[in-house]
Amino acid sequence: MNAFLAQLLNGLDKGGAYALIALGLTLVFGTLGVVNFAHGALFMLGCFMAVTFRYLITIEKVTTDPTQLSPWGQPLEVRAPIVQDWLGDFGLFLVDYSVPFSILLTIPVMLAIGIGMERGLIKHFYKRTHAEQILVTFGLAIVIGEIVKSIYGPNPWPQPIPSDLRSAADIGRWLGMEPNTLTYPWWRMIYLMFSLGVIAAVFAFLRFTTFGMVVRAGMADREAVGLLGINIDKRFTVVFGLAAVVAGVAGAMYTPLLPPNYQIGMDFLVLSFVVVVVGGMGSLPGAVLAGFLLGILQSFASMTEVKSLIPGIDQVIIYLVAVVILLVRPRGLMGRRGVMEG
Amino acid sequence: MSKLIINRRGLLRTMGAGAAATLASPMFFTRGAWAQNFCNDPTASGKIVFGFNVPQTGSYAEEGLDQLKGYELAVKHINGEGDGGLLNTLKPLSLKGNGVLGQKVAFVSGDTQTNTDAARDGARRMIERDGAIMVTGSVTSGEAIAVQSLCQERGVIYMAGLTHSNDTTGKDKRRYGFRHFFNAYQSGVAIAPHLAEAYGRDRRAYHLTADYTWGWTQEESIKNATEALGWETVATVRTPLGLGDYSQYLTPVLNSGADVLILNHYGHDMVNSLPQAVQFGLRDRQANGKNFEIVVPMFSELMAVGAGEAVKGIIGTSNWHWALEDEGTKAFTKSYGEAYGAPPSQSAHTGYVQAILYADAVERAGSFYPPEVIKALEGHEFDGMGNGPTLYRDSDHQCFKEVLVVRGNDAPTSKFDVLNVIGRSARDEVTYDPAIFGGELGPYEPNQC
Repeated sequence: MNAFLAQLLNGLDKGGAYALIALGLTLVFGTLGVVNFAHGALFMLGCFMAVTFRYLITIEKVTTDPTQLSPWGQPLEVRAPIVQDWLGDFGLFLVDYSVPFSILLTIPVMLAIGIGMERGLIKHFYKRTHAEQILVTFGLAIVIGEIVKSIYGPNPWPQPIPSDLRSAADIGRWLGMEPNTLTYPWWRMIYLMFSLGVIAAVFAFLRFTTFGMVVRAGMADREAVGLLGINIDKRFTVVFGLAAVVAGVAGAMYTPLLPPNYQIGMDFLVLSFVVVVVGGMGSLPGAVLAGFLLGILQSFASMTEVKSLIPGIDQVIIYLVAVVILLVRPRGLMGRRGVMEG
Repeated sequence: MSKLIINRRGLLRTMGAGAAATLASPMFFTRGAWAQNFCNDPTASGKIVFGFNVPQTGSYAEEGLDQLKGYELAVKHINGEGDGGLLNTLKPLSLKGNGVLGQKVAFVSGDTQTNTDAARDGARRMIERDGAIMVTGSVTSGEAIAVQSLCQERGVIYMAGLTHSNDTTGKDKRRYGFRHFFNAYQSGVAIAPHLAEAYGRDRRAYHLTADYTWGWTQEESIKNATEALGWETVATVRTPLGLGDYSQYLTPVLNSGADVLILNHYGHDMVNSLPQAVQFGLRDRQANGKNFEIVVPMFSELMAVGAGEAVKGIIGTSNWHWALEDEGTKAFTKSYGEAYGAPPSQSAHTGYVQAILYADAVERAGSFYPPEVIKALEGHEFDGMGNGPTLYRDSDHQCFKEVLVVRGNDAPTSKFDVLNVIGRSARDEVTYDPAIFGGELGPYEPNQC
């Protein structure tokens, strides 16, 4: 039972990341009809927003202490973050909690990048075939990756979990079990809650705001909304920016779990496309459902007992499920009839 | 009885025949006359090029980049620049601080990408395009074994960097390959008494192992060593090299019945897996009535820094440590610290030492001809390089010296003060019969490149 619950939690936190990326992909496809292969690059840029934020707030003031010597016999360099000088204890708190605080940088920058990307490149490909859209966005992803590589180098940038959250939550005790029988890292729990919160916020935005209502109407019948005198293109541009923000914050908060490098976006993109296809192209609930479902399936497939029965199953389970879904129900679990069918 | 009569004509005839015979003699009777017969002969090309082939990207990049710094410092010291570093302490020493055989050394470097194929391609380029007389460097045993094999084919000496698999100087050993770094078997011998002392003899261990030659041999060696103590091995699970998120491998540990997790991971793999294991609460758990413990059988200062708080109290083994008190270590730490502003890692030390040992062997051989250099290294006894008296064993090209047992420092006094040396296994204790790992060194005679 404990092993089952632990794997379930594992699947949920991984599924949270898949669901967030897939949600952005589906938003863009559902509104603009664009298959955006650069969406993984947006996740990667979000990761590097966290890296950049930490880099900036940990810029140090270097002094030498002549009373102490380094191991090689020179006066010891004493380094302290400049923000500590400026803000005192709050500066140290900021450094410790750099990842969650980096969201404040990530949201506006990713919104600007998303809008800029849509206005500068994507809009020129609305009327082109999906194959052409995939080619151009895939090329864009490579360009973004190489730019990041040239700035940050090819190696991963580990980001720390805030010191208060480095331990594990005793979930077993919450469920009435013996202490320490079922534990799960606090940060992973927080990431799961964060994913659910972002997903809920996106759905609420689309469901309960006028802006969201217009977007949903545009997704259903773009021409009709245009004939009502509403500039739907402008709203879809904002939706693209919103998708970039969702991918960006998903990436920023994920950095303590997986140190990012310039390739991290591609690793997630492929899985997220499978998630979108399984969930149903253009279906937001489908993307979320499939994200969590595939995360959980992958987690259970990685259990030692399962792998001893079918070696390597954890590496292919997601693709096997995708093949079965596409054969049995080509439009995905919750896809609209006619989309990607036939 | 005949009488020896030497007349003028006879003397002239004998002298003439002698002169003709001397001129007509094959050149191999004279020293250095084998110049045309081996790959990238510096006396023919007019340049001495060392090839530094290290991972600068990928899972082991940090160790590789530090190793490269060690190599660059070695070249400076060989060429007579800087403070001379370990040339001041190495005994016996033939190098004169004016290059090798009176000629300055140059180098080329390459990125193996922590990838066996890329390492082999890089070494091939260094030999074929850059004219490297010696190739050195590695952080994975996969790279080292692949490059060592290539170098044997091309007749170019390979001085391995970090490679800890038993296979490197075991079943995959080569006449043209030499390893200064210790190996997994030696780690097992060195760490076992400390594990017994710290955690007792009644333990159940769960291994997570990097899935390639180094991981396999380390798992085997540590498993043998701990089972000899009385520990039981609950499971051995392989993890892909370069995996970032170990959650799916750590969750099963929680309910496995194990009370010790042994992480056979190195570089970024360990920097990710150890903190994640701590985040999963493993070190706060009780299992089988004991505190749950984590062991990392082989780790380095760079990994300890990367793993941060998680490394505190963790026991492992190391090839060398900058805080040792011998003159060689002090000299190298000073040279390296002044050059780069940080103490050297064991990776930098290994690179530096291997480059110096090759150059010194050439100087002793008086030639770059590989069979002569190999013979100068085989069975060579030396001291003053930071590891105490050391032997380059002729039967497998493995160095034998002390092995350090280290523990993550619970109360560091500086950001460099991350490991404490808690034990040393003497050279005799970690010496073994080369036959246990098999392998054939192969011929001395070089192939043409």
